[in-house]
Amino acid sequence: MSQPTTQTSALSVAHPHLPQTTEPRPSVQPLDLDWALDVAINTSAVERRCATLPGRRSVKKDYQAAWLLKAITLIDLTTLAGDDTAGRVRRLCAKARQPVRPDLLDRLGMPGVTVGAVCVYHDMVETAVAALAGSGIPVAAVSTGFPAGLSPLDTRIEEIRRSVAAGAAEIDIVISRRHVLTGNWQALYDEMVAFREACGDAHVKAILATGELGTLRNVARASRICMLAGADFIKTSTGKEGVNATLPVSLTMIRAIRDYHARTGYRIGYKPAGGISKAKDALTYLALLREELGRRWLEPDLFRFGASSLLGDIERQLEHHVTGAYSTGFRHAMA
Amino acid sequence: MTIRDIFDTLDYGPSPESETEAKAFLDAHDRRFGHFLNGSFTAPGDQMFATAAPARGQHLADVTLGSTADVDAAVAAARRAFPKWSKLPGHQRARHLYALARLLQKHARLFAVLESLDNGKPMRESRDNDIPLAQRHFYFHAGLAQLMGSEMPDRAPLGVCGQIIPWNFPLLMLAWKIAPALAAGNTVVLKPAEYTPLTALLFGQICREAGLPKGVVNIITGDGSTGAALAAHPDVDKVAFTGSTEVGRRIREATAGQGKALTLELGGKSPYIVFEDADLDSAVEGLVDAIWFNQGQVCCAGSRLLVQEGIADDFHARLKTRMAKLRAGDSLDKSIDIGAVVDPVQLKTIADMVAANTEGETHHAPIALPQTGCFYPPTLITGLAPSARLMQEEIFGPVLVSTTFRTPDEAVQLANNTRYGLAATVWSESINLALDIAPKLKAGVVWVNATNLFDAAAGFGGVRESGFGREGGWEGLLAYTRPVTATKPLKPVAAYPAPADPAPADPVDRTAKLYVGGKQARPDGGYSAPVWGPRGALLGHVSLGNRKDIRNAVEAAAKAQPGWAKAPAHLRAQILYYMAENLSARSRDFTDRLRALTGTSAASAEAEVEASIARLFTYAAWVDKLDGAAKGVPLRGLALALHEPVGLIGALCPDEAPLLGLVSVIAPAMAMGNAIVAVPSQPFPLAATDFIQVLDTSDVPGGVVNLVTGSHADLAPTLAAHLELDSVWSFSSSDLSRGIEAAASGNLKRTWVNHGRTRDWTSPAGEGRAFLEAATAIKTVWVPYGE
Repeated sequence: MSQPTTQTSALSVAHPHLPQTTEPRPSVQPLDLDWALDVAINTSAVERRCATLPGRRSVKKDYQAAWLLKAITLIDLTTLAGDDTAGRVRRLCAKARQPVRPDLLDRLGMPGVTVGAVCVYHDMVETAVAALAGSGIPVAAVSTGFPAGLSPLDTRIEEIRRSVAAGAAEIDIVISRRHVLTGNWQALYDEMVAFREACGDAHVKAILATGELGTLRNVARASRICMLAGADFIKTSTGKEGVNATLPVSLTMIRAIRDYHARTGYRIGYKPAGGISKAKDALTYLALLREELGRRWLEPDLFRFGASSLLGDIERQLEHHVTGAYSTGFRHAMA
Repeated sequence: MTIRDIFDTLDYGPSPESETEAKAFLDAHDRRFGHFLNGSFTAPGDQMFATAAPARGQHLADVTLGSTADVDAAVAAARRAFPKWSKLPGHQRARHLYALARLLQKHARLFAVLESLDNGKPMRESRDNDIPLAQRHFYFHAGLAQLMGSEMPDRAPLGVCGQIIPWNFPLLMLAWKIAPALAAGNTVVLKPAEYTPLTALLFGQICREAGLPKGVVNIITGDGSTGAALAAHPDVDKVAFTGSTEVGRRIREATAGQGKALTLELGGKSPYIVFEDADLDSAVEGLVDAIWFNQGQVCCAGSRLLVQEGIADDFHARLKTRMAKLRAGDSLDKSIDIGAVVDPVQLKTIADMVAANTEGETHHAPIALPQTGCFYPPTLITGLAPSARLMQEEIFGPVLVSTTFRTPDEAVQLANNTRYGLAATVWSESINLALDIAPKLKAGVVWVNATNLFDAAAGFGGVRESGFGREGGWEGLLAYTRPVTATKPLKPVAAYPAPADPAPADPVDRTAKLYVGGKQARPDGGYSAPVWGPRGALLGHVSLGNRKDIRNAVEAAAKAQPGWAKAPAHLRAQILYYMAENLSARSRDFTDRLRALTGTSAASAEAEVEASIARLFTYAAWVDKLDGAAKGVPLRGLALALHEPVGLIGALCPDEAPLLGLVSVIAPAMAMGNAIVAVPSQPFPLAATDFIQVLDTSDVPGGVVNLVTGSHADLAPTLAAHLELDSVWSFSSSDLSRGIEAAASGNLKRTWVNHGRTRDWTSPAGEGRAFLEAATAIKTVWVPYGE
């Protein structure tokens, strides 16, 4: 088993959010199917843990404000729509630089808060990189035939290369669900290794599309195999599946990350995406991470929310915290 | 701390629940409470005691120490209320229970805050568990009250119920006691625990709001002496107790022979079994709910971890990691897992027990505890042998003890290596394994891949020294009712005296022996007694069994019972039918024997034989028809109520019906998979000894039925005190009920005695559900599922 070593690339210096700045970047590990497939997940028990967690931890007042500000720094502010244009993406990037009204941030004593990254389709990468220049905010590109991942393998790999060349610091790939559903674990591993290689220094988030994997056991197995194959992050969903991020899926993936850390010493990042739109939900996710993985994971290099409307609710909650009055959407700048 | 500081630490910070309303409730009573008696609060008494918030060491209120006179007044109020309340139509009682449920819901937060203040438990638990479950109990029992008339037409309420509850779930235990009692038409005097009287008093207040008739519910605060006075009160018809095994034993002794119905829900040392194929992270999380729920002060806490050897190190490591994440704090903080232990006395008990242990390795969770208040750290002690005191005795605190096993069989052996039998937990992803293990565990409740699941629809209660009786479901309601059948005092039935000039009746001398382990056995003592007919004929000699014969018979029964219980129901039915066949073939002999023994008419002797044959048919029929149930619990999964055999039953048979009485007792026991040691009719034993031939020729496995003839008064104490017997029944015409109930306290075996009242063995009262219920224990097996 290889031990982590610290490496620093030019890319990571430019983008302090990337994992390799503070953590040794996970290297590809041999495919150990005995370990990867040996998972026991009791769905009911996982659900019970998730159902009781929000009642076990609550953060109030200044603590809540601080946690919500932290949540903002963990957001991959996302637009992945067919009608995206350069103008729309520039607007999103402006919001990423200034996610909360400056007067509110000043009163909270937290000027300069930005989101974690901006997440766009390949065609929008250059626009986003230009719009974010100097901000330190990385651009993530969804790649590999997003969201279905059913285009030819070579074009999917080529798409990664082009996105990296265009300046994407993070690549969100989608796995081939069919490899999981048919138990073709070797193919899943090989594909992920190829994606990782194509990413070069850009870090790679493996989207499992958990809503299409059928069982939590499959989620755990796919998580383990993608981690062995060099994923820097594992991510729940494209946001386009019928069911996106859920707490039970998250708990399953988080525990896979914990097992992998215990096994290899590598910390793999986690990104729930889709369906997290309320500040309260964000707090629950943060508490889940804090409880199951620990404080270390609550940094942009190891955790992201894939979300588009979450920020708006957090802005309203922060204004309420500052003023004591409940807020409304139009008092905050849209993306 | 600035927001930026918190942004870096991401601490949870304080999250206190408001206590304004709870304080207002206490202040409205000037923080001095009387009893809730006959529909209103009495003035605070002469003798008061304090109740405190253990998380803060803070005085909350003074409550009245209930005196004997207070108990008398409360029982009298309940008695006065009983006739009208019990005659209310079920629907009217249902409305009252529904109103109580609604009011509990309306005041849910006040109850929760008051509970957490008084008990020290985390606000989350009282808010999300205790109070909702209490509400649910009243809703469920509103339904039972509604249906009781149509579904249980042959049952009547018992009368006045004296109920004594513990401090670990004050309001929930109140609900478990009061809701079924009221649903069935009883009235109640309830004594809350000394440490935690406040929510019961608040409940008294909502009884007024609900317009409950005066005297139907009475709440008397006090200490152990108050509880003792209530349990022993001559005008109390039923005692229901939840608490320690030690106090339960004292209540069993104190109520012996009083003719009171009794249910006891006592302590436990419940096993928590983790197999190698389990979801280990979920099993670890389950332990948080098992042993760190309510600081481990839970009678059914999974306090004894049994983990398969190959995964033990991994599992313990994961568990320790999890323990480090537990948060302890003030009971009203909404971000804690661990609250305060209920009282400094309890804290000391826990600390002393752990300190006295010198075995294994003790690991305290490395977490911060509040500086003040009664806190004990979550603790894991690994590497203990079954012989360690902490593996056997209930700690009733946040202390988990652990050992390993190699095979499923060994897991079962270790799990059952205890005097208790309340609950058990099994973790395995294999349905084959989990469902194979669940029935083998000596417990009233088994949770598969979960722990501490409760619901009003599912029975809860223990076996062995964890007590008897079930709370929840139809089975719980049964414990608050009695059959409507009228009974009369039972007169002693004496043997016929020796004549002046004795002569043998049989041409060849016959020896009536004991029947032990499928073989005829001479009595250990070597004594026999003559049996005389009504006109002085010497009918034979009967062996006089002694305590050693009982010992041998119980041993034989213990050997036979597991196999008999496992035998297919169809086979057990066939054997009972076969017994009927063989009895029928000998009906003339038995008719003659009964006439000779009792001097009864030919017609009546023949009728007794015919009734005995019919009775065997009845239980042969029942073998495969006492269905279990899948309970309507709010869970994706099954909560199965399984009828399990009680195990080993000792029975003193009716004196007055030498054959029918014997058959009426052994057949239901056999049908349900028990083994039995029966002491036949003392004055007329020879019908039973003749019956040995029926047993011998009917493929009854040796040891399933054992017959020890002799003096009921001599043999009853040995049976009642025997620590391997699970139950003892007495229909003897000798006055033995008090002694049996008192001696049964040794292992808290179940008892079913006649209290000197008749039972008409030829009528429906001589057979059926009452016997089947006495011959079985309900085990609730919870199996959540989902892929």
